Amino acid sequence: MTDSALSKTKVAAKKAVAKKAPAKKAVAAKSTVKKVVAKKAPAKKAVAAKPTVKEVTPKKVATKKVDGDQLVSFYRDMMLIRRFEERAARAYTEALIGGYCHLNLGEEATVVGLMSALRETDYLFTNYREHGYAIMRGIDPNRAMAELYGRVDGVSKGWGGSMHMFDMTHRLLGGYGIVGGQLPLATGAALAIQYRGLDEVVMCTMGDGTANIGAFHESLNIAALWNLPVVFVVINNGLGMGTTVAKASAEPEIYKRASAYAMTAERVDGLDPMSVLHAAQRAIASARTGKPYLLEVVCERLRGHSVVDPAKYRSPEDVAQLAKADPVPNLAARLIRDKILTAAEVHQIDEEQTARADAADAFAQASAQPDVSTLFDYNYATPVANDSRRLPGDPLFAVVARPEVSR
Amino acid sequence: MTIKTYRQTLHDTLRAEMLRDENVFLMGEEIGVFEGSYKITAGLLAEFGDKRVKDTPIAEEGFTGAAIGAAMLGLRPVVEIMTINFSLLALDQIVNHAAKIYGMFGGQAKVPMVIRTPGGGGQQLGATHSQNIELYYAFVPGMKVVAPSTPADAKALLLAAIRDDDPVLFLENLALYNTKGDVPDDDTPAEIGKAKISREGHDLTLIGYSRMAYIAKNVADALSESEGLDIEVIDLMSLRPLDRETIVNSVKKTHAAVVLEDDWLTYGIGAEIAATISDGAFDYLDAPVRRVAMAEVPMPYSKVLESAAMPTNDDVINAIFQTLEAVGRRLKKVGQSHD
Repeated sequence: MTDSALSKTKVAAKKAVAKKAPAKKAVAAKSTVKKVVAKKAPAKKAVAAKPTVKEVTPKKVATKKVDGDQLVSFYRDMMLIRRFEERAARAYTEALIGGYCHLNLGEEATVVGLMSALRETDYLFTNYREHGYAIMRGIDPNRAMAELYGRVDGVSKGWGGSMHMFDMTHRLLGGYGIVGGQLPLATGAALAIQYRGLDEVVMCTMGDGTANIGAFHESLNIAALWNLPVVFVVINNGLGMGTTVAKASAEPEIYKRASAYAMTAERVDGLDPMSVLHAAQRAIASARTGKPYLLEVVCERLRGHSVVDPAKYRSPEDVAQLAKADPVPNLAARLIRDKILTAAEVHQIDEEQTARADAADAFAQASAQPDVSTLFDYNYATPVANDSRRLPGDPLFAVVARPEVSR
Repeated sequence: MTIKTYRQTLHDTLRAEMLRDENVFLMGEEIGVFEGSYKITAGLLAEFGDKRVKDTPIAEEGFTGAAIGAAMLGLRPVVEIMTINFSLLALDQIVNHAAKIYGMFGGQAKVPMVIRTPGGGGQQLGATHSQNIELYYAFVPGMKVVAPSTPADAKALLLAAIRDDDPVLFLENLALYNTKGDVPDDDTPAEIGKAKISREGHDLTLIGYSRMAYIAKNVADALSESEGLDIEVIDLMSLRPLDRETIVNSVKKTHAAVVLEDDWLTYGIGAEIAATISDGAFDYLDAPVRRVAMAEVPMPYSKVLESAAMPTNDDVINAIFQTLEAVGRRLKKVGQSHD
């Protein structure tokens, strides 16, 4: 073993030791775990009493007022995502949006918490359940909706659709439909940041099912091995399409897999945007120093896998539980209860964001369809000879009259 | 001009590009400390350090995808996949991401990445180490695929590939690494998408790429000596895009074609060439387009069986003679003769 490999092993062993005997196991942190246990029936999800990961108490330095402002901001964003997604679902059922349409309904707290922790110069790679993330990166909801409609004003010019949004200015680097496909890409983006000696961070979100695909293993290993500035975030909403975590994962506590790569990991309640924000901040701070992180965020998917999925694999009891756990009305209730906002003010936000979503829909409907003449515009970035640009009806060569062949 | 081996030319070109452009860096298994499985990258780790010459874990999907991600941020990775057989592990990243990122995001992100990888059987490496599957990548819109057969072309095409802003599969061949040739000293890149007439002629068009372009040239020269035949040889140079114009113009002149390929016959690269000729030069053909390809079996280890499966010079010569015979019969039938 080389010296550097040996010292790496020592460091990893130290990390492992440190994880097993956490210095602080504060009550507040425990309550995070407790919340998870209370919500889930034991059969569905085994929750460790003592996760062998860093348990950190979020520092409660914020005054109630600062927290209040943050919570109102969260609520505003969560409500925008909620209304946007509902609007998209409606447009899909009206056949104005085609293909697949996967929604962030129920996950709004997770989305806003994660995205609020990123700098504008940090990068995001997501999977296909991305509309909320796109909006939170700062992409105009008009352009997001236009992309769902496949119009020229769409953020990917109509070439991507629901699963492939992209915006270099806002550093949303996709939008990917292949489960786990974004992980190696995100790892490579982090490599580029390290190569250039910059202090940007890459966040890479994925679903719970993704933790079982090969690219997950290869990417986490490379990231940890090369000390890359990347945060891998598992959005654990308990389901692949209809397959539960328990039925897909030999190790259902997904954050534990990080220890196989000597990587720090944490699990957090995804229904509380503040917890998500603080956990994301810890993860990003770590990644910025070259220590990649695995963050598992436990949340709920309110509806089916996509708009066309009636989710018959869920029992009526499950569905009733979901409604109780819905983070959007829960936050509204909290804002009112803690006298941060009045009921009228909450209602006002609802109206504004509903109008915003409606405006996005109107914009999309009015946006132009792409012209067929642009079909081959994005084959290549560097022009090249003999690129095959034939429409299905075109012959390979011009059809000519049979020549008098002279030999 | 300097006489160099194909291997040395690749090494020198990689080095020169790394000196010229600090965004160019290398990734691959055993390219650094081990100096490269086929020694293409020997000495480069010592010269450039491990930031620019990165030994990867055995994780083709992971490191090829990482190269794509780095390219999206503007770096220019040159990935070595040890043999094209192992590229199958990275097939998803190459086909679904490298080839599609520019298109599916409306032209917002380029992927200026090169994948260097050798094909080629014939070394008793067995079924999973002897395949030629360049077809899989030549098939995909958004990819560029090039296949140099000489050291000079290796330099020119590698320069073009590295400087190109699109993903390029640079196909090498185990049997070509030790071949020698004149290499220009200047750094003029080749034009991707253009084929090369490596020998002008009138009697028949012989078409090949990579190792088979090398064989085609040798066979044509030999037949010129021994039989007085004047065969035109096309070295495809580029599999995607394919230079259909050069192919068709040649066959319009010669009236007959034989295609050589190291991959399997059915649905192989030659099938597209034959279809192209049939479409573009139908009235000029005096014989069917013949293809000489690998036997369709998993490659056996046994020397005797392996040799039987691979196309040889004799197979090529026989195909040429049979085609010319067919031409003669047809001309007799229609009462005509060539010029």
